[in-house]
Amino acid sequence: MSSSALSKFSTILPPDRILSRPVELAAYESDGLTAFHTRPIAIVVPETTDEVIAIVRLCHELKLPFVARGSGTSLSGGSLPIAEGIVIALNRLNRIVRLDPAQRIVVVQPGVINTQVTVAAAPHGLHYAPDPSSQSICTIGGNVAFNSGGAHCLKYGMTSNHVLGIKAVLATGEVVEWGRGSRERIGPDWCGLFVGNEGLFGIALEITLQLLPRAECFHTVLAGYRTLEQAGDAVSAVIASGLLPGAIEIMDALALEAAKAAVHAEYPPGCEAVLIVELEGPREVVAIERERLDEILQASQPVGMRPARDADERMAIWKGRKSAFSAVGRLSPDFIVQDGVVPRCRLGEALRRIAEMSRETGIRVANVFHAGDGNLHPLILFDGREQGALQRAEALAGRILRMCVEMGGSITGEHGVGVEKRDFLGDMFSADEIDCMQRLRAAFDPLGIANPGKMFPGKEAPALSHVGLHPLEKAGVISRE
Amino acid sequence: MITPSSLTELRDAVLSAPRVIAVGAVTKPRLSAVEAVKISTRCLSGITEYEPGEFTFTALAGTPVKEIIAALAEKGQYLPFDPMLVEAGSTIGGVVASGLSGPGRFRYGGVRDFILGVRFVDGMGRLLRLGGKVVKNAAGFDVPKFLVGSLGRFGVIGEVTFKVFPKPETEITLELPFELKRLTGLASSRFEAAALDVLPGGEKMLVKLAGPGKALEVLAQEIGGNLVDNSIWSQIRETPWSFKTDITSDQVHEHKASHISCGGNVALSHDRPARGLTLRGEAPLWIGDRPRFAIESAVKQALDPQHRFPTLDD
Ligand SMILES: Cc1cc2nc3c(=O)[nH]c(=O)nc-3n(C[C@H](O)[C@H](O)[C@H](O)COP(=O)(O)OP(=O)(O)OC[C@H]3O[C@@H](n4cnc5c(N)ncnc54)[C@H](O)[C@@H]3O)c2cc1C
Repeated sequence: MSSSALSKFSTILPPDRILSRPVELAAYESDGLTAFHTRPIAIVVPETTDEVIAIVRLCHELKLPFVARGSGTSLSGGSLPIAEGIVIALNRLNRIVRLDPAQRIVVVQPGVINTQVTVAAAPHGLHYAPDPSSQSICTIGGNVAFNSGGAHCLKYGMTSNHVLGIKAVLATGEVVEWGRGSRERIGPDWCGLFVGNEGLFGIALEITLQLLPRAECFHTVLAGYRTLEQAGDAVSAVIASGLLPGAIEIMDALALEAAKAAVHAEYPPGCEAVLIVELEGPREVVAIERERLDEILQASQPVGMRPARDADERMAIWKGRKSAFSAVGRLSPDFIVQDGVVPRCRLGEALRRIAEMSRETGIRVANVFHAGDGNLHPLILFDGREQGALQRAEALAGRILRMCVEMGGSITGEHGVGVEKRDFLGDMFSADEIDCMQRLRAAFDPLGIANPGKMFPGKEAPALSHVGLHPLEKAGVISRE
Repeated sequence: MITPSSLTELRDAVLSAPRVIAVGAVTKPRLSAVEAVKISTRCLSGITEYEPGEFTFTALAGTPVKEIIAALAEKGQYLPFDPMLVEAGSTIGGVVASGLSGPGRFRYGGVRDFILGVRFVDGMGRLLRLGGKVVKNAAGFDVPKFLVGSLGRFGVIGEVTFKVFPKPETEITLELPFELKRLTGLASSRFEAAALDVLPGGEKMLVKLAGPGKALEVLAQEIGGNLVDNSIWSQIRETPWSFKTDITSDQVHEHKASHISCGGNVALSHDRPARGLTLRGEAPLWIGDRPRFAIESAVKQALDPQHRFPTLDD
């Protein structure tokens, strides 16, 4: 950035909140997709919404690209900086503006961490439903940009289903406010359009979220199976039974091995796949539904079944599940995590084909996934020090994504398109459909300054290096799902 | 009136006149009471895909909701957002364009929370499919959600894909004296009510519970009140309300004459409110202030540059 441009930012922010020295920039070069690095011109650190608005308006005036950044845990390169642009770090906008327990709503600034919302709501017997496994670190602003999910999407939906209102500064500098805190609305669903925009429309400044009463009672069962296919069949049986579990998750043999090594999780001997099903609700309802669930699972021929007898046992089951991804990091120096979705009825077929591709290429793939909504998370293991290994792993990831599309699914269930999957957008959408989305993008951002180079195919790819755990995963602060 | 019978014909219909608007069964007549050639979705009818194991179905826009409810019920499933005016013939496309959900939206959300994908014709006559057909999908902008409540002003909906849920075994309804504290208390309670409404007059409220019958008996005892027939919900759904207003529960007392739905988040009325959307009658479409931002016309320009569809203000 020219010194005159920099000096313009210094009319908005004090010098210690404009970072431009190489050591300061280094910390922001990547996000959770550590394969990509880009050094931006500067990082600006606003502390108020007015500062954010002034920064975006200045970017608009200078035609300067910007990337909003929460905690930088995006797994698709969404918060990867732009070389000729700035990063707007939103972590200091971390105030819970208002919590209204009677209306069960909370208004937050974008830098508020996901779990802090639930922590604030807990004394009122309420909670915030979307629970990405990065929840102890990722921000609501990032969740809104990516429409993030978690383990409880089947029953409660994704981030978008919990956003009641948004105040945002668009890339044009216009400040908009949608939603009055009501669960209903009249007119087009602007909040619905904004959520999931991947940072391409502007910056969310204040978000109104709905809170739900915390479930009174849980029943969590872990069942081990001889084959992955049997676990998949059990999912179909549960779905067909008319039950609506809060979560249905599967881990395969390689993931189990990793979880055992990492958190000493214990699984029934002789099992090659584990299914976790969780019911929740008023205790009288759960008492009846658990009998049905246990019956269905018994009939699905597990090698072992373990219902959690208390809260500690429930936590232990989830700990094994939620640590599985980072645990896989122990089996392999590097891995790519994919996020494709297939129709649930074709889960078995999808897993078989992934296993075939793995055998064929000699690349190990671990599977930990949201079986209830067909959202696969194949972990493709490789050693970045080996010549061409990353490229081979990426090629396999690409084949898996194309298979998901062919089966009628999606290239991403919750991690977003970002930089990583932008070349696959064309596999899901026609040229006209992509054009329609680009026209929408241009309506919000005619200059193309908000997070350019993301989501849409065609721009030059940034430098690829090798992939590893997110620094916070290495430190054991977060794990992936 | 043009009556296309395929999505290709729908596209041609959009291009056939300088100003068009889609209509379903016209159960919310004010929404389409504009000067424009009407495109009826009457012959664009039928469920095109239904896979109970996926919890999803796809149907053409003109499919009567009643038909969808019946097909789902056969497989023990239902539409959790609880569409209105079903007996009056409302179509699934009209449900999306009007953004009108019923009392059952309280538990799991409204139309917007269950729509997954859409095929629609934009103002340039392009047939586009956005969103997806699986229960979870984060690829591309969420245009399907945007079209919920868009009143046919940004595109003509041809086909929609929805998420559905297994139908609870039993439902029971309790009537209690209304008190705001009781309403908000129940909304945050362990009972996980399926619906929570206040009847016009502000004297009585209704609570619907859904789940295994044996459990509901116990919950109902604890909640108290009188058991009333479940048919009261279809009366509410089938009432030809004239106005809809989005409110919050602290505004319930300002809408005494209205039917209050969704735990104090919607007011439905026959009398003109201070603010809201007109569904039937001669009143202006929008009553009171409506947020207006420059982005609205920019998005209109993006989807419908020639203004082939009316604007939200027409
Ligand atoms: C270990 C691990 C586990 C994960 N588990 C899950 C999971 O279970 N489910 C899931 O869905 N995701 C998961 N993720 C992905 C990631 O955590 C989510 O995408 C999260 O929402 C990103 O939040 P963030 O604050 O880190 O955002 P960032 O990475 O900083 O930014 C993400 C995107 O949001 C934009 N953005 C940020 N703030 C704003 C704002 N205020 N306004 C507009 N745009 C903004 C950025 O420009 C960028 O495009 C995981 C990631 C890791 C590393």
